[in-house]
Amino acid sequence: MTGPQLSPSTIAAGARPPRAFGHLYAGNARSVMARGWRATRSTNSLVVLSGFVEPIFYLLSMGLGLGALIGQVQTADGTQVSYAAFIAPALLAVAAMNGAIYDSTWNVFFKMQFAKLYEGMLSTSLGPLDVALGEISLALLRGLLYATGFMLVMQALGLNLSWWALLALLAVLLIAFGFASVGMAVTSYMKTFQQMDWINFVLLPMFLFSATFYPLSVYPQGIQYVIQALPLWHGVELVRALTTGQVNLGLLWHVLYYAVMIVVGLFATTRRLKALFLN
Amino acid sequence: MPEPVIATQNLVKSYPVKNASDFVAVDGISFEVAPGESFGLLGPNGAGKSTTMRMIGAVSTRTSGDLAVLGLDPNRYGPEIRSQLGVVPQENNLDMELKVRENLLVYGRYFGLPRARVARRADELLEFAQLADKASAKVDDLSGGMKRRLTIARALINDPRILLLDEPTTGLDPQARHILWDRLFRLKEQGTTLLLTTHYMDEAEQLCDRLVVVDKGRIMAEGSPADLIRRYSSREVLEVRFGSTQNAEVAGRIEGYGERVDVLPDRILVYSDSGENELERMTAAGLHPITSLVRRSSLEDVFLRLTGRNLIE
Repeated sequence: MTGPQLSPSTIAAGARPPRAFGHLYAGNARSVMARGWRATRSTNSLVVLSGFVEPIFYLLSMGLGLGALIGQVQTADGTQVSYAAFIAPALLAVAAMNGAIYDSTWNVFFKMQFAKLYEGMLSTSLGPLDVALGEISLALLRGLLYATGFMLVMQALGLNLSWWALLALLAVLLIAFGFASVGMAVTSYMKTFQQMDWINFVLLPMFLFSATFYPLSVYPQGIQYVIQALPLWHGVELVRALTTGQVNLGLLWHVLYYAVMIVVGLFATTRRLKALFLN
Repeated sequence: MPEPVIATQNLVKSYPVKNASDFVAVDGISFEVAPGESFGLLGPNGAGKSTTMRMIGAVSTRTSGDLAVLGLDPNRYGPEIRSQLGVVPQENNLDMELKVRENLLVYGRYFGLPRARVARRADELLEFAQLADKASAKVDDLSGGMKRRLTIARALINDPRILLLDEPTTGLDPQARHILWDRLFRLKEQGTTLLLTTHYMDEAEQLCDRLVVVDKGRIMAEGSPADLIRRYSSREVLEVRFGSTQNAEVAGRIEGYGERVDVLPDRILVYSDSGENELERMTAAGLHPITSLVRRSSLEDVFLRLTGRNLIE
């Protein structure tokens, strides 16, 4: 082997002032993504598959099975749609959430606490923002994969009622991005498995009650406000409006909600990774 | 001396402690490492060696003092400095989800190096680390020594100008340690600057051109291993055991033997230019130790002299 090249006195970089975010970001998030892709291919492929079929099972059992009993449901703006067409977009939003959460919480928790993976990454020229962006991008990629598969099933079952449904793929990415960045930020504060369980404790009721399986209007006004404050409701409403073709400018509020989640989550994650590994 | 690649001046790192004064892990350390030099931080666990390494590795910010690595301030040029370093942490942090060769490929990409160059370098390094036949093995299936060699190979993927090794052979069996030392010695011969921490005397003597003895965050002495032994110890040491209940009593009777006498819980050390002479004198005085051993002075003795304590407690 050849030894490291020691060109005499090449202490040159000192002349250049450091980049503005140079200590946080090396512009190399793709190498973190590439690592995740490799690891997924070799060890986690079954997990990926399970995330893909789970929402489809829900759709078949509840949408088609239960839907036969229920018939038509009224959406937020009063249109009547079949029960399957009502819950399919909600399940799509939930799938995006779950995929993003799995990648950004349990996966990240393990890498941080046990595998010391980030410690290794941050002793290279990578910065904490590279790590955060790389991991989150991978979660998004997986979310997009799930969503595309689910959309194809929806299309086959005739549950996409409008061409706006194509935009739902982008909406799914937005939802996944929001949950992934906040999920990773929250996870970086977790120390034990017990604390990790709290995440599920929050997610399950959100899944059940966010106007997923019935319209928000069944709740009294006070509870409606609570549900509307939660992130999943915004995702469900956004995707449902697109797949059922009931598009209006009000949807931008949902987009804004997720934009804020993304910014806050990324900011907190980067700060936290810096505090943990570059202190 | 050419421009040092590492220069520390009064380096301090302290951590805030709840309801108490700060914990000072590194307490005013100053030393310089020349290019191509192999430099050691020798001291017991908790002496502040790893903390010093982390500051030099630009993953920990100093509390005060000056630090320049390759002429740059790690507080401002973290990524630039890290791109020139190879880091072997105390605990292996290999990527268990990837195969052996993949570990090198992926790590090289973290530095933003071109794929082809990383692949070529990975093969060279597998050869160097004697792991070529394990290229597609799972990391989990490697022995402790192999994992360590892989970690070192990984640290060399970016052709670093300085290799930082934190306790490189702790926890390895003697054979694995010797293989590792041989590899590190080759790197040294090729001119790689090595900075290593250790609490093993033999390791420091084998690998370090120069070292500092560190205790409780401070430097106790600095020099080459031979230099330190000459300065702080005698040529030879006589180790005698009289049994744990007798040692203290015997100690009173051999006061004034050699240059110095140290009474440890399990044995007595007599520092002298000739251990044999001291042993003869002891026997002549009617003292018959259960076991006796004459050996050359080592850095262990230097440490004991400087701190009054053993390195491995």
